[in-house]
Amino acid sequence: MPVLVVLDFDAEGIKQPSRSAIAAAAKLGEVHVLVAGSGVAGVAAAAAKLPGVTKVLVADDAAYAHHLAEPMASLIVSLAGNYSHILQAATASGKNVLPRAAALLDVQPISDISGVVDADTFIRPIYAGNALATVKSADAKKVITVRAASFDPVPAEGGAAAIEKVATAENEAKSSYLGEEISKSERPELTAARVIISGGRGMQNGENFAKLIDPIAEKLGAAVGASRAAVDAGYVPNDYQVGQTGKIVAPELYIAVGISGAIQHLAGMKDSKVIVAVNKDEDAPIFQVADYGLVGDLFNVLPELEKAL
Amino acid sequence: MKLLVAVKRVVDYNVKVRVKSDKSGVETAGVKMSMNPFDEIAVEEAVRLKEKGVASEIIAVSIGIAQSQETIRTALAMGADRGVLVETDAAVEPLAVAKILKEVALREGVGAVILGKQAIDDDMNATGQMLAALLGWPQGTFASKVELAEGAATVTREVDGGLETVKLALPAVITTDLRLNEPRYASLPNIMKARKKEISTLQPADLNVDVTPRLTTISVSEPPARKSGVKVPDVATLVEKLRNEAKVI
Ligand SMILES: Cc1cc2nc3c(=O)[nH]c(=O)nc-3n(C[C@H](O)[C@H](O)[C@H](O)COP(=O)(O)OP(=O)(O)OC[C@H]3O[C@@H](n4cnc5c(N)ncnc54)[C@H](O)[C@@H]3O)c2cc1C
Ligand SMILES: Cc1cc2nc3c(=O)[nH]c(=O)nc-3n(C[C@H](O)[C@H](O)[C@H](O)COP(=O)(O)OP(=O)(O)OC[C@H]3O[C@@H](n4cnc5c(N)ncnc54)[C@H](O)[C@@H]3O)c2cc1C
Repeated sequence: MPVLVVLDFDAEGIKQPSRSAIAAAAKLGEVHVLVAGSGVAGVAAAAAKLPGVTKVLVADDAAYAHHLAEPMASLIVSLAGNYSHILQAATASGKNVLPRAAALLDVQPISDISGVVDADTFIRPIYAGNALATVKSADAKKVITVRAASFDPVPAEGGAAAIEKVATAENEAKSSYLGEEISKSERPELTAARVIISGGRGMQNGENFAKLIDPIAEKLGAAVGASRAAVDAGYVPNDYQVGQTGKIVAPELYIAVGISGAIQHLAGMKDSKVIVAVNKDEDAPIFQVADYGLVGDLFNVLPELEKAL
Repeated sequence: MKLLVAVKRVVDYNVKVRVKSDKSGVETAGVKMSMNPFDEIAVEEAVRLKEKGVASEIIAVSIGIAQSQETIRTALAMGADRGVLVETDAAVEPLAVAKILKEVALREGVGAVILGKQAIDDDMNATGQMLAALLGWPQGTFASKVELAEGAATVTREVDGGLETVKLALPAVITTDLRLNEPRYASLPNIMKARKKEISTLQPADLNVDVTPRLTTISVSEPPARKSGVKVPDVATLVEKLRNEAKVI
């Protein structure tokens, strides 16, 4: 039986975490993908080019426009019969939708896998990544969310899959979409960035993010992230948060500035290839995971760094 | 409207967990246990809704070993009215937890269930979504703002790009994100009062729920440790190392 990957996309196209989910799915069998939304012919065409994908299922209906969990889960359940595994990246949408679909299928989902051992056995981080559990599922069908940072994404092009329309699934409309506030940024997205520079409570306010971090991000083509403390204090919006309960990232280079290195923060970034920490406290736990640590006052270090780049 | 809040006893978030040497799990013996932080937020939200006159009664439910009573007592001290312990020594997965919560929610006739978005031990982030599915109720996950009125809930959700607002017909399931509220500390008088509040105990079998796990843990291991790094004296050295040694800029 083939495996089904539910795609995440927005106006800019298919999200990179979905390409990582396809890479995970390819270890399990032939890959079909589901594009659900309203007016998604363009996305479907792009999905057909993803290497390794043999079929694109398209559900084009206003009911799917905002990927609300209730209609999405019903749709997935209506298609599930043909698939051994159903996967989605562990994005906000994947985490919202897939467990709901799993419950309707009477399946215990396997959340946020970081490795595939075999068709039934998967590795997943627990306790904020302080332990890795290898779990084996006894369910006939597997419903899985994928930790994108753990799988190299497949390229955006190279394949030629068939496109097939699927019917809208029945769903009682008990939820509706009212609106959204999406942060606008010229920067790359955190989950797709090659370089990330994150600030913590040490930044003191939002203006300092703009004045000291943004110019460096600009020079490095980096995404900007933050600790929970910086988000809670209102320096930056919630979607900047990196950590156990924010975004999980693994860029080539992660620069942590004025962040102490609480386990919940480390959980979101300790798989980065190279970690740089700037902190005035030489005993800050962040230095234990940093490849390069610089003890110093960020208000001196950041302007110097900007000049040196 | 009655509210149900699910509270889980977990290893305290300040504890650095250790993997057992036989790789069967993590060391929980002698480790400080607390209410899952997201569940404190769930209890706080329910108590605020009661203070506003939107909720009439708050029932705190926990599924787990006898000591989960302590977690329920914490919820009662924060302002929940009574507790239900579904006692089991088995490791219950989110699917089984959701099945149990469904039965409790239906028995109690609640207008909404509030849960944490994830438990910080197993990090599954699944139970609320599964409960909503089993009940056929709509879900508002990762909530950073909740408005409950007769008939409907308006929930602002933390999503990858920012915030999204949805409207749900009640009854509904809501899961809490970090910024929904700041949970109160229980005052001493309230802790004393909580001792007199009722906690009823049930078994999963009383609710006709089969808790047999679907997942078997084959092993639990330490993640690979990072090689220890170096301290650099100044910005010039840092930039030089990033360019020539790490080759990342
Ligand atoms: C359930 C739960 C979930 C959580 N999830 C997350 C999560 O997903 N992500 C997350 O990040 N946190 C999370 N946390 C919070 C986490 O425990 C920490 O509280 C948080 O990460 C601390 O942020 P911080 O390092 O910015 O602040 P602090 O710990 O206050 O550290 C500030 C650092 O800045 C340094 N500093 C100050 N001034 C300067 C200066 N001028 N120059 C240089 N350095 C300076 C200080 O030395 C200090 O090390 C969670 C907590 C809980 C309970
Ligand atoms: C194979 C396996 C073995 C395990 N072995 C053990 C073990 O030996 N010891 C152990 O302590 N745990 C063990 N667990 C973990 C335990 O079973 C988890 O509680 C379960 O998997 C739920 O995951 P979660 O709490 O991360 O759910 P999430 O979906 O992240 O939880 C979200 C929310 O659901 C509610 N909730 C979840 N569970 C409960 C509960 N029990 N009571 C009340 N509300 C709840 C809370 O509001 C919580 O915030 C094991 C899990 C598995 C899969």
